[in-house]
Amino acid sequence: MSDSTPTDAGVKIDPEKTHVILEHAFPRPLTACYWEPQNRYILLGSEEYGIYRFHIETKEMVPLVGPHDSWVRAIGTSPDGQVTYTGGYDGRLVWWQTDADKPEPIRVVDDAHQGWLRALVVSPDGTRIATCGNDLLVRLWDSQSGELLQSFAGHEWHVYNVAFSPAGDLLASCDLRGFVKVWNPNPSDEAAPAAEEPGEEKKTPGLIRDLSQVESLYIYDKSFRADIGGARCMEFSADGTRLALGGVTKVTNAFAGVGDLTVVLVDMEAGEVAVELGPKEKIRGTAWGVAQHPDKFWIGLAGGGGGGWFYFWKDDSAEEFFKLKLKAEGRGMGMSPDRSQVAVAHPDKQLRIYGLYAEEKASE
Amino acid sequence: MKRCQYACGSTEHLASRRNFLGGMAAGGLAVGGAGLGGLLSGNPAMADQLKGKQKRILNIFLHGGVSQLESWDPKPGTDTGGPFRAIPTSVPGMHICELLPHTAKQMHHLSIVRSLDTKNNDHGVGQVEMTTGHKRIPGTEYPHVGAIAAKMLTPAEFSLPGHILIRGAGPGSSGAAYLGPRYSSVTMNDGKPPQFTERPGALSAEADERRNAMRSRFNDRFAGRRRTADTDAYTFSYDQAQDLLAQREVFDVEKESEADLARYGTSEFGKHCLLARRLLEHDVPFIQINHSNYDTHHENFNFHIEQLGEFDQPFATLVDDLHQRGLLQDTLICVMSEFGRTPRINTRYGRDHWGKSWSIVMGGCGIQQGAIIGGTNENGTEVVDRVVDHGHVVHTMLRAVGVDSSGEFDIAGRKYPVADPAKGPIGELLA
Repeated sequence: MSDSTPTDAGVKIDPEKTHVILEHAFPRPLTACYWEPQNRYILLGSEEYGIYRFHIETKEMVPLVGPHDSWVRAIGTSPDGQVTYTGGYDGRLVWWQTDADKPEPIRVVDDAHQGWLRALVVSPDGTRIATCGNDLLVRLWDSQSGELLQSFAGHEWHVYNVAFSPAGDLLASCDLRGFVKVWNPNPSDEAAPAAEEPGEEKKTPGLIRDLSQVESLYIYDKSFRADIGGARCMEFSADGTRLALGGVTKVTNAFAGVGDLTVVLVDMEAGEVAVELGPKEKIRGTAWGVAQHPDKFWIGLAGGGGGGWFYFWKDDSAEEFFKLKLKAEGRGMGMSPDRSQVAVAHPDKQLRIYGLYAEEKASE
Repeated sequence: MKRCQYACGSTEHLASRRNFLGGMAAGGLAVGGAGLGGLLSGNPAMADQLKGKQKRILNIFLHGGVSQLESWDPKPGTDTGGPFRAIPTSVPGMHICELLPHTAKQMHHLSIVRSLDTKNNDHGVGQVEMTTGHKRIPGTEYPHVGAIAAKMLTPAEFSLPGHILIRGAGPGSSGAAYLGPRYSSVTMNDGKPPQFTERPGALSAEADERRNAMRSRFNDRFAGRRRTADTDAYTFSYDQAQDLLAQREVFDVEKESEADLARYGTSEFGKHCLLARRLLEHDVPFIQINHSNYDTHHENFNFHIEQLGEFDQPFATLVDDLHQRGLLQDTLICVMSEFGRTPRINTRYGRDHWGKSWSIVMGGCGIQQGAIIGGTNENGTEVVDRVVDHGHVVHTMLRAVGVDSSGEFDIAGRKYPVADPAKGPIGELLA
């Protein structure tokens, strides 16, 4: 990536020089990772009932525990980083003051979802939180008041992930079977629905459109008689023209995790798959994290039977231009605000921060 | 083909199986023909067992190895507990995993054994050992508990199979070993009636009757000179096919009411549970339903949501229905697997094979209600109270339905223990 520009941190991005710059051990295997936008903390889910707040400079590790009585894998913050939001497999949605000495919950919604709350995302302006879960719903919350603004129904399978477009005018969701729906996250802007013509298909409230099913993200394993699929990670491109959905594809044995990682880029205008980013060489794994770098490449985090990997793809190039073997499987990732570093939650209880630049330059 | 040491030359063996059964029924013994009807040596009380109300066993085999932590022995909040919570049940103090909310309401009919240590992590070995009650020894075959039940519990002149396997997946049959192939399972693949039980359309009933009469004459003549267990099994199969043909509707779950079909749901397992109820109502002595699959080395939690989500409501509905219809008191229910799953969660959110500390559920006929037998340590890695294994389980199943599991089969003069003589029933689980 010789054409990269120096980041705010003054380093020149070069994915092929990616290296570990910090390792920190936690009490339990880690499951999720979120880099707070003000660059003070990394927030981590683990196989415990809460999350950890890791101070990047002091390395202080503070638990945010109390209301949750299940794992927490959905984490977000307000744009200024002052309020942290956590969603748990207990269906709870919790607000926290991020930088309190001993963080206490500010607000708890016990039944944000029935069953697992799988993912949450905060709107770019910070006013709304979108969540999704096993109750087949996508829900929109007022981040200030905690009021439920909208409950979007229409998915017929567990909803695995949600993402806001960069402009905040679209909310995308993806379910177990790879069905992607685009919702209006500004319900008050929506014109009153016109009366339906006889025979016209009934409109789903709040639904802007259905995208084509991303078939490669789902399979019914006939041997084990079970479904596997869904977007395990999801993010819009910076210009909003593409929606990236990461997961596992070409599964031949769901229960052993025999399948390849994939990141599918959906063209938002056409509503169809534009390109599927995958590995040159087959590797068992699932994409647990995806992000677009300002230098016009995508980063994918893999975890599975083939171990942990970073994959780097250029736009529209189906095969990676570089991959990096990690010390352990990846389960979740967050990018630093200046996009020079990536934090990864690993099941070997380690948080690892990787620099996307040459090691020697980092020390200059 | 393997030949059984069978033809002892006695007069009983000079008649066809149907005549044989009829003759034995007159004597009050309603067992099959292998080894003089498999008379139990030194235990005349066994014959009396069959005079009472018809006893039945329903064994639900969760193929692949269900996770005890996601079902009967949750450990929330521990390093092994995973993301699911424990919920209270209809038995005060008894908690099970939140993935089983409907079953939780029926636990007063059931009991949990939380202390299995079967010392095995192999699927094939586990399937054999859990369903025969014997440690698997290469080259040695033991009868499936369904074969034992069919032999011991099938009434005289019972025209349906005594041992039925309803499967969508998993092993395709359950063997009878030295009891003879007639006690092997009749398999209902995908819940469909047994194969070849429908008379071909081109064959008229009259022609079929003439054909069978001729076959029967040839058969009896042949049996008079060269009778073996295998030929008896063939004869039995023909007879059984005729019986099945006449009662084919017993196997047709679609004959159940719309309301019941809705209550059991549209899943394959739901239909299989409703089919099992139908068969139990017709007094079939042993039914096994295989529910597949639980071998979740990868994404154990997602898959247990899916699989136990399919299991929970139909199973709970079946337990409740059997109770409401007065069938539960004579029907033993067992829910087992070949083993459990590792307390340790692997790096792919999976759990692997684990025979060291896991659980099963039993209930109904002859079983205490709402009991918890044994226990594991805080995070489920070890049994800390009342270690039992497959041998104890099969003894308990048999004893619960009135079979003396310490008895022996006499097969052509050779003694075979009904169940592993080194083990015994879980006494405190028996009612």
